[in-house]
Amino acid sequence: MDAPKATQAWAPDPIPARAPLTAPMLTHLQRLEAESIQIFREVVAECERPVMLYSIGKDSAVMLRLAQKAFYPAKPPFPLLHVDTTWKFRAMYEMRERMARESGMDLIVHQNPEAIARGINPFDHGSLHTDMWKTEGLKQAIDKHGFDAAFGGGRRDEEKSRAKERILSFRSAQHRWDPKLQRPELWRLYNTRKGPGETFRAFPISNWTELDIWQYIYLEDIPIVPLYFAGVRPVVERDGNLIMVDDDRMRLLPGEVPQMKSIRFRTQGCYPLTGAVESTAATLPEIIQEMLLATTSERQGRVIDHDQAASMEKKKQEGYF
Amino acid sequence: MAETYEMAVSDLIAQDIEAYLDAHQKKSLLRFLTCGSVDDGKSTLIGRLLYDSKMIFEDQLAALEADSKKLGTQGGDIDFALLVDGLAAEREQGITIDVAYRFFSTDKRKFIVADTPGHEQYTRNMVTGASTADAAVILIDARKGVLTQTRRHSYLVSLLGIRHVVLAINKMDLVDWSQARFDEIVAEYRAFAEKIGIKAFTAIPMSALKGENITEPSARSPWYAGPPLMRWLEDAPVEDDLRDKPFRMAVQWVNRPNLDFRGFSGLIASGVIRPGDRIKALPSGRESTVERIVTLTGDLPEAVAGQSVTLTLADEIDVSRGDVLAAASHPPAVADQFEATLVWFDDEPMLPGRPYLLKLGTRTVSAQVGEPKYKVNVNTLEQLAARKLELNEIGVCNLALDAPIAFDPYAENHDLGGFILIDRISNRTVGAGLLHFALRRSQNIHWQAMDVDKATRAAAKGQKPRVVWLTGLSGAGKSTIANLLEKRLLAEGRHTYLLDGDNVRHGLNKDLGFAEEDRVENIRRVAEVSKLMADAGLIVLVSFISPFRAERRMARELMADGEFVEVHIDTPLAEAERRDVKGLYAKARAGELKNFTGIDSPYEAPEAPEIYIDTTQLSAEAAAERIYAKLEGETPDPGS
Repeated sequence: MDAPKATQAWAPDPIPARAPLTAPMLTHLQRLEAESIQIFREVVAECERPVMLYSIGKDSAVMLRLAQKAFYPAKPPFPLLHVDTTWKFRAMYEMRERMARESGMDLIVHQNPEAIARGINPFDHGSLHTDMWKTEGLKQAIDKHGFDAAFGGGRRDEEKSRAKERILSFRSAQHRWDPKLQRPELWRLYNTRKGPGETFRAFPISNWTELDIWQYIYLEDIPIVPLYFAGVRPVVERDGNLIMVDDDRMRLLPGEVPQMKSIRFRTQGCYPLTGAVESTAATLPEIIQEMLLATTSERQGRVIDHDQAASMEKKKQEGYF
Repeated sequence: MAETYEMAVSDLIAQDIEAYLDAHQKKSLLRFLTCGSVDDGKSTLIGRLLYDSKMIFEDQLAALEADSKKLGTQGGDIDFALLVDGLAAEREQGITIDVAYRFFSTDKRKFIVADTPGHEQYTRNMVTGASTADAAVILIDARKGVLTQTRRHSYLVSLLGIRHVVLAINKMDLVDWSQARFDEIVAEYRAFAEKIGIKAFTAIPMSALKGENITEPSARSPWYAGPPLMRWLEDAPVEDDLRDKPFRMAVQWVNRPNLDFRGFSGLIASGVIRPGDRIKALPSGRESTVERIVTLTGDLPEAVAGQSVTLTLADEIDVSRGDVLAAASHPPAVADQFEATLVWFDDEPMLPGRPYLLKLGTRTVSAQVGEPKYKVNVNTLEQLAARKLELNEIGVCNLALDAPIAFDPYAENHDLGGFILIDRISNRTVGAGLLHFALRRSQNIHWQAMDVDKATRAAAKGQKPRVVWLTGLSGAGKSTIANLLEKRLLAEGRHTYLLDGDNVRHGLNKDLGFAEEDRVENIRRVAEVSKLMADAGLIVLVSFISPFRAERRMARELMADGEFVEVHIDTPLAEAERRDVKGLYAKARAGELKNFTGIDSPYEAPEAPEIYIDTTQLSAEAAAERIYAKLEGETPDPGS
């Protein structure tokens, strides 16, 4: 007689035989995708008025696809918000309109009225340009529409100070990031409780690297701004940066003559502030190849980050995304 | 060697990017945690891994070289620690240093490293980092060996259920790559690891600074045949068993774009799901059948643990966010009272009786925490009495929820057994918990009274309770061996008790004679007493002739699985009779003793004893030692 022993009563029952698994182990991209989708759903389920910050770059392109996957067959249940500076590349505005149309999502474009009135521009106003249009603009948009959670495309691999950023970043009612208020994130559990006026930034692609982003765009055939691909475009060289002359607002210095060069952009932003790289990479594999063999890090092309390492941290405390 | 490997990858990127992308696309992901202080070379190790996997760009390298000259500790050589440190600067800026995540990849795998550099907040940070880790790298300075902090890190790794562990014995260059030193540290660590339930680990001798045994086997350690660290990281199994467990998915969101579609979205915590599978929704208990697995790129024929999916069901059953969909044949339990381990994160202590919000899976309920049964000193693993839990303290408590939830024990399923506690007023995440088991209703009424249980008692003694049952003929040497064995166990700090004819027959069983029914009752009582003593957490040595198989089996079935160890002390009758220490055989032969085993009453020898001792081959001392070795050789597993 084999009477069951005490502990056996607690052991799980045997699992009935079933058809063998056909799915191979999940790849790193599948795990990252599943995690991002889980974050999108969690924030949507627990916050009242979420929004997705759409900055038109490659990270936003991936975010949009992930959002669509998270809620299919429904449309992502939040609008897209573009905090505009009026100084983006023309190709970016075209892409923005196209993606809004194709996704069927509402697109909110916010331009800081004060920055418009004062004619803030990257030529005359230096860092004020970013402060007014982006930092202040984002706060205005969030307050105006009453958003309580904003999805952003920040990644932990971008910069040293982002390595410890939470997936859900808590902001006070004044939009300040206080290190003491950040919450530990265990397993897949996010604490979305907050008081009136308090908000979250949510970073669903925190754990993606630049290579993951490119690989995913390649695999999923995600549309991106054509400026990522090499093309012959008019540029001037300033302080070691190649700046594209995208429209007639570009102020040329005395003696500066735009030259036609085969260039492309590793990041997208305000055209007078975004440096190009000379390149002939015209396909995604070629772009990825160039990136992998590149010897300088991604953010170098962004003029804004060229000051000291702590600058990102400072901007974050002030509410820059 | 490392150079060649990197060249090959670069060549592939340069010459055949599509082949590279194809290979990269198939990579798996390993998340791991590094534990150790700055002094152990942790930052150097992470910096080295990033560097060796080519994650450092030229501009970063230039900055690193400049910083190394200015701030480095390596006399102008590259100081890899500076790649990830920056702690001083962060402290000056008043920024909390908690968990930082780093990324690198090789041609086989992508890695996410959770780096927890904090000191004051160490427990909170490490628990946070460990909660998502598939593997842990525990660093040891070869000069210093196993330190208090090594024990603390290992305890937390074990607590959070990380099953793949590397003991990285670093700075081997500073002990001249001494194999003896390496072996000494490994032996010391093994003894400790077994105590806290780390069943297996891989020890690697290395020098992170010099890059030895990082990507390629080092020529400095010819005596080490195991993998270098990077290879171990590339080969460690990932989420290997989650698919084999029953299906579980917490519903995150009900997808209802129109009246014709109703889907349930979530991330599959364990198991596999296919259209046609029966599922049960919990806590309601209603059942249905999966109709479709819906994704943007088309319906799936099956989905596995780790995937985010949307399921539609054949029946209109009521399911909402917070519910769990589970395999109908193997649903998780539903309960509202639990025992759990809590880790406290907040400056304000955990107060028994105060209601907190508990979030588990996608469900948030109100929870009252009982007074801690005990708290654990993470440095010494001692269990201490406690009335509350302070910041970074770990304790075991009962919880009472205001609504029942579906759950699995944390050890079975991290997603259905791990929870956070949220303060209702400050909204801070104040603690994390690991569910052990549900408390049954009858126990709940007086749940303050059942503060201490068998596992607690055993854990307090740092041992696994056992009933070591020595059976054999009269005069076989059972009591002599049992005495020696008890001395040996006691010398090792074990808590024991020896039951034999002398101390039982004169008291508890003095009403019993030697008739067969008396012998049965004698063994029954001894078995019941043994069970109580095992429940008290003791290692019980039972030295009784116990001639009948049926009674020994009855005793075995009283005990928990694996607790009963039957030892046959085998001495041939002729030899026992020749020894006849007490003169009993002579009396029996003379007819003065009735029902004497071996003479006029049978002895049924065990058919499959756990331990077999032939006393014609082994001395009593050797026999005791053999039993001791076997007992200790089985992994003691306190408190689990």
